[in-house]
Amino acid sequence: MPAMTLPQFLLKNAREHPGAPALREKEKGIWQEWSWADYLAHVRAIALGLVSLGFRRDDKLALLSDNRPQVYAAMVAAQAVGGVPVPVYQDSIAREIQYVIDHADAKVVFTEDQEQVDKILDLKGSLKKVERVIYEDPKGLRHYRDPLLMSLEELEERGRKLDAERPGLFEELVGATRPEDVALICYTSGTTGVPKGAMISHANLVSAIEGILQIEHYDRTDQMLAYLPPAWIGDTFWSLAGSLIVGCTVNCPERPETVLENLREIGPHFLVAPPRIWENLVSAVQVKMADASWVKRYLYRWLMPAGEEAARRTMEKRPLSLRLRLLRALGEFLVFAPLRDHLGFGRTRYAYSGGAPLGPEVFLFFRAIGINLKQVYGQTEAGGVSCVQHDGDIKLGTVGKPFPNTEVRLTETGEVISRSPCVFVGYYKNPEATAATIRDGWLHSGDAALFDQDGHLVVIDRAKDVTALANGTKFAPQYIENKLKFSAYVKEAVVVGQDRPYVGAMINIDMENVGKWAERRQIAYTTYTDLAQKREVYDLIAQEVERVNRDLPEGTRIHKYVLLHKELDPDDEEVTRTRKVRRGFVAKKYADIIDALYSKAPVVGVTSLITYQDGRQATVRTELAIRQVGEARELAAV
Amino acid sequence: MSALVEIRDVSKAFGGVQAVSRVSLDVQEGEILSIIGPNGAGKTTLLNCISSVFHPEKGTIRLDGHELTRLSPPRVAALGVARTFQNIALFRGMTVVDNLMLGRHIHMKNGVLRSMLYWGPGRREEVAHRRVVEDIIDFLEIEAIRKRPVGSLPYGLQKRVELGRALALHPKVLLLDEPMGGTNHEEKEDMARFVLDVNDEWGTTIILIEHDMGVVMDISRRVVVLDLGEKIAEGTPAEVKANPQVVKAYLGTKASA
Repeated sequence: MPAMTLPQFLLKNAREHPGAPALREKEKGIWQEWSWADYLAHVRAIALGLVSLGFRRDDKLALLSDNRPQVYAAMVAAQAVGGVPVPVYQDSIAREIQYVIDHADAKVVFTEDQEQVDKILDLKGSLKKVERVIYEDPKGLRHYRDPLLMSLEELEERGRKLDAERPGLFEELVGATRPEDVALICYTSGTTGVPKGAMISHANLVSAIEGILQIEHYDRTDQMLAYLPPAWIGDTFWSLAGSLIVGCTVNCPERPETVLENLREIGPHFLVAPPRIWENLVSAVQVKMADASWVKRYLYRWLMPAGEEAARRTMEKRPLSLRLRLLRALGEFLVFAPLRDHLGFGRTRYAYSGGAPLGPEVFLFFRAIGINLKQVYGQTEAGGVSCVQHDGDIKLGTVGKPFPNTEVRLTETGEVISRSPCVFVGYYKNPEATAATIRDGWLHSGDAALFDQDGHLVVIDRAKDVTALANGTKFAPQYIENKLKFSAYVKEAVVVGQDRPYVGAMINIDMENVGKWAERRQIAYTTYTDLAQKREVYDLIAQEVERVNRDLPEGTRIHKYVLLHKELDPDDEEVTRTRKVRRGFVAKKYADIIDALYSKAPVVGVTSLITYQDGRQATVRTELAIRQVGEARELAAV
Repeated sequence: MSALVEIRDVSKAFGGVQAVSRVSLDVQEGEILSIIGPNGAGKTTLLNCISSVFHPEKGTIRLDGHELTRLSPPRVAALGVARTFQNIALFRGMTVVDNLMLGRHIHMKNGVLRSMLYWGPGRREEVAHRRVVEDIIDFLEIEAIRKRPVGSLPYGLQKRVELGRALALHPKVLLLDEPMGGTNHEEKEDMARFVLDVNDEWGTTIILIEHDMGVVMDISRRVVVLDLGEKIAEGTPAEVKANPQVVKAYLGTKASA
C-alpha cells in the first residue's frame, strides 16, 4: 500500500469512484447518502472553513458528537490542513470534557447539537484556548448569541468562498500532509489515573488496516455500521481509517436508540462491538425466547445445544457425528438462520468483539447460530487492533494471532509487548508516560497473557488485576465476572478476594430483564434499589452464581455476594466510558461492602454519593443484604 | 396592536355551577401564556371554549378576527387551533406515525376514492404529509418509537406523541392541557424544552395549563390566574408571584395567629 494520509485516500476514492456511496445516515426515516464526491465536497468546505478561522497545521479540533457523517468529514478536514482531530466521549461529564479539551489545546470544538453546545458554553470560563464552537444541528440555538458559536453551515459557506478565491489551495494543503503526521489523538479513559492522549499517525492507522487486510477480505462494496463512540479507537479504526482506505460505506444510525433496528436494515458485512453489546444481544434473545410460543421455545431449547456442540467441535477441529450434522442442519433452517436475520447478521462475514475479553458462553452462542464472531485484541496505542482470530483457526478463549506486520512477545512477567509500524507516536504532552509505555521500541500493554501450544494469544486480565487469595490461590476476577455477565439478569459484576479467605462478588442486576421477570411473577417493586434487594431476586441471582461456580475450580468459587443498590456508572467514575471496571476506585468506594462480604453481618448499610449528569451530587442511604452461596437451600433443608 | 386571540367576557356554566365567569384575555402572537389556578378554577373549561368543545353562553372568542364561539371543533382546528388533552387522546392501537398522520388529516385534500389508489395524487399527497410528520418525529426525537403502537409506550412518551399530533396540524395556536402532568422529573424537563423549542422554531403561540409552578415560571412570558371561574390576576411570572390575591388562592388566607 502506498504511503498516504487519510485525506489523500479520500481524494483517491473521490477520483476513482465519485458516485459510489461513502457515508449514509438515516434521517427523517430515510437513509440519506453521501457519495465519495459529496464526502470530498464537505471535507473541502469544512477544511477551508477552518483555514478561514485561522486553524493551522498542528492545531487541534475537538469533536463532541454521536456518529454522524459530518463528524467523520470534520475529522478528515482537520487532517487535511495538517491539524489533528481529538474525538471526545460525547456522554462525558463536564469535568472530563473540560480536561480533555483543555489538555489537548483544542482551538476549535465541533459539537452536534444544543446539548453539547450547552456543555461547552457552561465550561467557557475554563476553556480559554477554544476560539470557536461549531454546531451541526441548529435546533434550539436560534437565540444563542455567544460570539464563540458558528453553525457548520456557515463554516462550510466560508470554506466554499475561500475555495472560489483560492482554487487549488485545498489540494495543496492535502498534498503537504505526511504519513508521519499525527492523524488522531485518542484520549484513553484508562482504568487508572487521568486520561492520556495517544497520538496516532496516519502511518500507524494505515499499517493497522494493512495488517487486518492481510488476513481478512474487505470489499469496496461492503457496508458497515458506525454506532460506537467516535472517541473509541474501535470506531475510528473502521469507520474512519478502514472506510477511507478500503473505500467501503459507513452507515450512521438514526439515533442511539435505533441502533438495533438500523443494524437490521443495513445488514453490515462486518461489525465490531465491545463485549457488552454481544452480552446484551444474548440477553435480548433469551428474554424474547422466554416470552415466545411454546413451539419456538421447544425448538430453541432442543437445537441450540446442538449448535453449540457443533461449534465447539469445529473449533477444536474434531469431527462432527452424523447426528450432530443433521441437528445442525435442522437448526440452521428452523432457528439459526431466522435468528441471524432477525438480529441483522444475515450477510455478516466478520463480527468482531474487542475492547475487553468476551465470556466463552457468549462467544459460543454466536458461533452456534452461525455468526462468524471473532475476538480481536489490540490497544489504542497500537493503532487499534493488532491480533485477530483467523477464519478456520478459531479457539475458544483466545484472541487469535498477531497481524503479519506485528511482532508480539511476552515479558518474563507475562506482560504482552508488541513491535510494529502501528505503534503510536506517544502521549500528548506526557513524555514520562510515553517512555514508560514504549521501551526499546516495544509497546508495553499492561495485559497479562500467555501463548497456547498453537501460538494463539490468551489474554488473562490486566496484569495488575490477576490476584491471589490469602492462601495463595491465583484467580482472574475478570474471568469470573464475564461468566456472571453471561446471565441475562446480571448487568455488571465486580469480583473481589485479594488477600482474603474466599472470592466474593458485587453484582449489578439488569433492571430491564429482572424487572420483566419480577412482573411475570407479580413481584411489586419501585426503584432499582428496591428491586435489587428483593429476596426473590437474590434467589434468582443465586441460581446464576451457582451455575458459574460449577465451572470454576473449587478454590476460586464465589462464596458470598451482594446485589448493589445502584448501577456502576462512568459518571461516578466506577467504570470507564468503554465500561471497564475501575477496580482500584471501586475497591476504595465500596470498602464497607467488601468488608461486609468477609464478615458475619447479614446486611450492610451504605450511604452513597451520586453524581448527576449536570455534576450535582446527592446522598442516598440504604441497606444491602449479604448472601452466602447455598444459604437459601441450607435454610430450606433445616 | 391587536391580539391573536381575543377573549371577551366569556362565561360558561354547567347546571348551577359557574365554571367560567366573565373572563377576558388577550393572547399576543408568538407568546407562551400559562393559565394557572386551583382545581376546578375553570382552566380546562376555558381551553374547551377556545377549541369549541363547549360553546360559551356569553361572550366572544376571536382568532385573528374570526369569531370562534359558534363554530364546530373541526372548523376551529382548520383555522389553526390545535390542542392536547389532560388524559391523552390518541388512538392507542395505532402506531405513532399513523397517529401523527391523522393530525395532518385537516390538510388532506383527496377524497376517499383517490386516496385508495396507490398511484397519482393520492400517493403524492401521502408522501408530502409523511415528510411533515417525519420533521416532527425528528424534532421531538421519537424516531425509535416511530412504528410502535401508542398504547405500548410509557406515559411520558405518549404525552410527547400527543404534542406531535397537535403539531402536525401546523397550528397558529397550540393549547396544551397539563403537558407535564403525571410525568417524571426528566420527562418534565424534556417537555419544557420541547414547548420552548416549538415556540422558538415556528413562532407558535402557546396557551398552557400547568400545575408545576417551577415550569410555569420558567417558560411563560405571561401568566393568568383563574380562581372559581374568575380571572384574579394577569402579568409576568414575577408580578403574578408577588400578587397577594394569588398567594391567597394558592395558600389560603393567613390563619390568625
